[in-house]
Amino acid sequence: MPEHDVLVIGAGLAGQRAALAAAEEGASVGIISKVHPVRSHSNAAQGGINAALNPEDSWESHAFDTVKGSDYLGDQDAIEIMCREAPDELLHLEHIGVTFHRNEEGKMGTRAFGGASAARTYYVADITGQAILHVLYEQLMKHDEVHRYEEWFTTSLVQDDKGNVAGAITRNIRDGSMELFRAKAVILASGGNGQVYNPTTNALICTGDGIAMAYRLGAPLMDMEMVQYHPTTLQGNGLLITEGARGEGAHLYNANGERFMEKYAPNKMELASRDVVSRAEQTEINEGRGFPDGTVALDITVVPRKRIHEALREIVNVGRDFAGVDITTEPIHIKPGNHYVMGGVKTDTEGKTHIPGLYAAGEVACVSVHGGNRLGANSLLDTLIFGRRAGQDAAKRAHSIAQPAASETQLADEQAMIEGIIRRDKESGRRVSEVKAELGKIMDEHVAVFRDEAGLRVALEVVKELKEHAKNVYVDDKGTVFNQDVLGAIELQFMLENAEAIVISALERKESRGAQFRTDFPERNDEEWLKHITVATGGGGPELDYSEVTLTQWEPEERTY
Amino acid sequence: MADYTLKLRRFDPESGKAAYWEDFGVDLPPERSVLDGILQARSRDDGSIAIRCSCQAAICGSCAVRINGKTALACNTKLGEAQDMARSRRGREEITVEPMGNFPVLKDLVVDMDAVHWKKVQRVVPWLLPEGDPPEREYIVPAEAMIDITQSMACIQCGACVGACLSLEADPEFIGPAALAKAYRFIGDPRDGQHEERLKDLAEDPHGLYDCTHCFACVEVCPKDVAPMNQIMRLRRMATSDYEIKDKNSGYGHEKAFVNLIEKYGTLHESQLLPRSYGQGSLIRSQVDPSSLKQLTASLPTVIGGLKSGKVSPVKALIHHKLPDQKQIRRIFHEIESEDERLELNLYIVGEEATEEEGAMAEGKGSET
Ligand SMILES: Cc1cc2nc3c(=O)[nH]c(=O)nc-3n(C[C@H](O)[C@H](O)[C@H](O)COP(=O)(O)OP(=O)(O)OC[C@H]3O[C@@H](n4cnc5c(N)ncnc54)[C@H](O)[C@@H]3O)c2cc1C
Ligand code: SF4
Ligand code: SF4
Ligand code: FES
Repeated sequence: MPEHDVLVIGAGLAGQRAALAAAEEGASVGIISKVHPVRSHSNAAQGGINAALNPEDSWESHAFDTVKGSDYLGDQDAIEIMCREAPDELLHLEHIGVTFHRNEEGKMGTRAFGGASAARTYYVADITGQAILHVLYEQLMKHDEVHRYEEWFTTSLVQDDKGNVAGAITRNIRDGSMELFRAKAVILASGGNGQVYNPTTNALICTGDGIAMAYRLGAPLMDMEMVQYHPTTLQGNGLLITEGARGEGAHLYNANGERFMEKYAPNKMELASRDVVSRAEQTEINEGRGFPDGTVALDITVVPRKRIHEALREIVNVGRDFAGVDITTEPIHIKPGNHYVMGGVKTDTEGKTHIPGLYAAGEVACVSVHGGNRLGANSLLDTLIFGRRAGQDAAKRAHSIAQPAASETQLADEQAMIEGIIRRDKESGRRVSEVKAELGKIMDEHVAVFRDEAGLRVALEVVKELKEHAKNVYVDDKGTVFNQDVLGAIELQFMLENAEAIVISALERKESRGAQFRTDFPERNDEEWLKHITVATGGGGPELDYSEVTLTQWEPEERTY
Repeated sequence: MADYTLKLRRFDPESGKAAYWEDFGVDLPPERSVLDGILQARSRDDGSIAIRCSCQAAICGSCAVRINGKTALACNTKLGEAQDMARSRRGREEITVEPMGNFPVLKDLVVDMDAVHWKKVQRVVPWLLPEGDPPEREYIVPAEAMIDITQSMACIQCGACVGACLSLEADPEFIGPAALAKAYRFIGDPRDGQHEERLKDLAEDPHGLYDCTHCFACVEVCPKDVAPMNQIMRLRRMATSDYEIKDKNSGYGHEKAFVNLIEKYGTLHESQLLPRSYGQGSLIRSQVDPSSLKQLTASLPTVIGGLKSGKVSPVKALIHHKLPDQKQIRRIFHEIESEDERLELNLYIVGEEATEEEGAMAEGKGSET
C-alpha cells in the first residue's frame, strides 16, 4: 500500500509543479496520472504564458486586464497574487531549461494576446505548453524522490472518520490492480472537463474526474456556469487555432468579406476578450453572415510568411493535416468551440478546498482568477502559481500532522463497483460512447455561447436522464490489462456530475456576464449577481449557494474593448 | 459496405493466445484519421480494442502505431491516404494497423514505452545542468540558439522513430534517435554547462553516438520534423571537430578517415577506411599504435567474410582510382573550410529564412524525406 506525505492526482503543469514544490519542502511525494505525464493536456497550450516581466509593464496592469477580462467576477486578491508572482515563476522556468523565444538582444521576447493592454505573453514557438510540460518532466526525472505512478487511474478520494482527506483509490491501468494510496494531503490537479461538450478543443482525457470526485465528497464547486468558448476552433473536430494567430495580426471575416469585429470591439478588434469575440462570431453566423458550414474565416495570410513559420508552425501543421488548408496562402474556416472551464473546485489562494487536507490547482480548481472569462495565456500561469502554492502548503500540512487513518473498506467497494460494471451483459444498458455523444451534443446545443432558461431546462432534463443511463452502461472489455473500456464508463459518470453542476449554475445566474450570456437576461447585473455561485452535493442532491467576490482595488466598470 | 476496412493486430495477454488479425469496417470520410476509424470501431463494435490516444491532434504523442507497415501517428494519418498506401504498397484494400516495432506489446496496439523509450531517455541525463548559479534575470542567449534547440524540444516523445530505427533492430541497446535528439536539446543549449562531458559520455558508449547508420528512417517517420538523425550528426560533429573527443568506438577516427579519403580521392577508398578509422584518421598511426592494431586485427574476420561473400572485391578495394575532376572536390573542401561558422543543415528553420519559393521547396522536401 503506497504511502506519501503528499499525493498529487494529475501530472499536467499544475500537478508536476505542485509535486516539485512539495518535494522541495521536504515532503515525500507521489504523483499519479492516468496517462504518461507528458501526454497530459497541458501540452496542447500553444499560445504562451503571461507575465509582466518587461520593465515597462507592471503586475498591476496585468492584474487589471485579468480583472476586466473576468467581467469583474475574478477574486482580486487571488489575481494580485498570480500577477505579482508571475515574473519570478517565468524566470524559474527559464532557469530550469524552458527554451523561451528570444529577441535580438537575447532576452525573452513577447507576443500580443487577447484582452491584454501590453504584449506580455512569453512563448516557445507555438508549443509553449508542451515545452514547459516536458521541462518540468525533466525535473521530475531528475528528482527521483518524487514517486511517479504513470498510467494509474484514481477512482475516488478517501477520508478518515473525522473528515480529513486520507488518500485515494487508484487502479493500475497496466494490470488492473487497485491500491489504496495513503497521504496526509491530496492535491487534485486533474485538469478540465471539455469532453462534457462535443466538439471541444480538449483531449479525450479531459473528463473532469477531479471536479467530480471532490463534488462527491461535498466540496463546493464554484463558477461552473463559466465555460469558455474559444473563438477560433475548427468545424467538426474542434481543433484549436491558437489566439497567437490573432496576436500575430490575423483578421476575422464573415462570408460577405466584412471584418466584422469593427462592429463589436472597434478598439481591440480581433484581440478583444474571448467571450466578446466568440459572441461576435456566433452572432454573425446566427444572422446568416457566416459560411454555409456554420463558420467565419480567419485570415492568417496577412502575417508575414517568415513570421508564420517561426511563430505559428504548429498551426501550419494543424491547418494542413486536419483541415487541408495552407494557412500561409488562404483563410481557414473557424467557429467558437468549447475550450476551458473557468469554474472548478473552490479553493483559497493556498489551494485549500473546503475539505481538510484536500487541495486543488490548475483547471480543476477555481481560485477564482478567471471569473467569468479567462484571458488567453493566463491559464498556464494559474496552473504554475497555484500548483506551487498548493504543493508548498500541502507539504507544510504534512509536516504538522500524523498519517490519517484510511480504512480499506472503500477499496473493496471501488473494486466491487468496477467488477460490477465489467460483469454487466449486453442487455443491461447502453454503450458508453452513445451516452457520451448524446451528452456532448445537448451541452453544445443549449449550454454554449448563448443560453436561455428553456434550453437550459431541456439540457438539465437530458443530463438527469443520462445519469440514470450511465448507471448501467455496458462494456465489452472483460479483462484487467489496459481495460480502457471500463475506465470510460467511470469517466462518463464523472462527466455527468460536471454537466449537472454546469447546467444548474447556468440556470441560476440570471444575468449575462463573461462566458455566460443569457438571451433572456442580456445585461450584466452587478446589483444582484456580482457574486460567485457555488454548488455542492448535500444530502438530497445538488445545493446552490453564493460566495462574495473579493474586490481589492478595482471597482466594476462597464466592459468595452 | 463500409467505407474502409481496418485490419487490426489484436493481442490479449490474458487469453494465452497468440496475436491475430481482426477486420473492422468503418464509415468515415477520407480526411478523417485512422485513429478516428479505430475509435469508431471501438465505440460501435468492440470496446476492448486497446490503443493509447488523447489529443487527436498529433500533440500528446500517444498513438504511434504501424500503418501498412510504416510507423506513424494514427491521429494524423488520413484514412484516404492510408488506403491509397495500402493499395500501392501491398496491393490490398484493407488498412493494416499493428503495434510499433522494437517494443514489447502489452495489449493490441499498446506497447511498453517505459521498457524501451523512457529507459533510453533517462540514459542521456535529460535535464539541464547549468554552470554555477542562475542569473538574476533570464540567461542571455542568442535567439537562433533557442530556435535551433526548439526543433528537438518539438519532440512529443511518441517513440515512432524508436519503433522504426534500423540500428535499434540490430542493437536493442542503442540509445536511439529520440533520446539522442533529447541529448542535443541540452548539448545545443548554451545554458547547459556539461557539453563536453555529455558528448564524451555519448561518444564513448558503444551503443551511443556512433551506433547510428544514417538510415533516415527516424527522419522519415517523425511527425514533428525533429529529424533525430540530423541531431545525431550535429552531436558527432561537435564531438569530433569542437571537442576532438577520440573515443574508443573509433567514431572520431571514422569521421576523420572518411573526410580525409574523400578529400584525397574524391570517393571512398574502402581498404583504407577501416585502418584509418582505427588510427584516428591516419594510416600510419593505425599500424604503429598498439590499440589501433588490436582493433584492426579484431575486424579481420569481417573483412575476410566480406571478401568471401563477394561484397568486397580485392582488386577494387586495394587499387583505388582517383576521380578525374579531383580539383573540384578540393574546391568544395576549401570553400566549406573558409566559412567562419560551420554550415548546418537544419530543415526546421529553413522555412523561415529562405525566400518564398525556396521555403516551399524545403518544406516539401522536409515532409518527403
Ligand atoms: C488546445 C488548447 C490550447 C491552450 N492554450 C493555452 C495557452 O496558450 N495558454 C494558456 O495559458 N492556456 C492554454 N490552454 C489552457 C491550458 O492548457 C490548460 O488549462 C492547462 O494546461 C491545464 O493544466 P492542468 O495541469 O490543470 O491539467 P492537465 O494538463 O489537463 O492535466 C491533467 C492531469 O490529470 C490527470 N488525470 C485526470 N484525471 C485523472 C484520474 N482520474 N486519475 C489520475 N490522473 C488523472 C491527467 O492524466 C493529467 O496528467 C489551452 C488549452 C487547450 C485545450
Ligand atoms: S538514422 Fe540512425 S537513429 Fe535514425 S533510424 Fe536510422 S539508424 Fe536509427
Ligand atoms: S523524434 Fe519525432 S518520432 Fe521520435 S519520439 Fe520525438 S516526435 Fe516522435
Ligand atoms: S492522439 Fe495525441 S498524438 Fe495522436
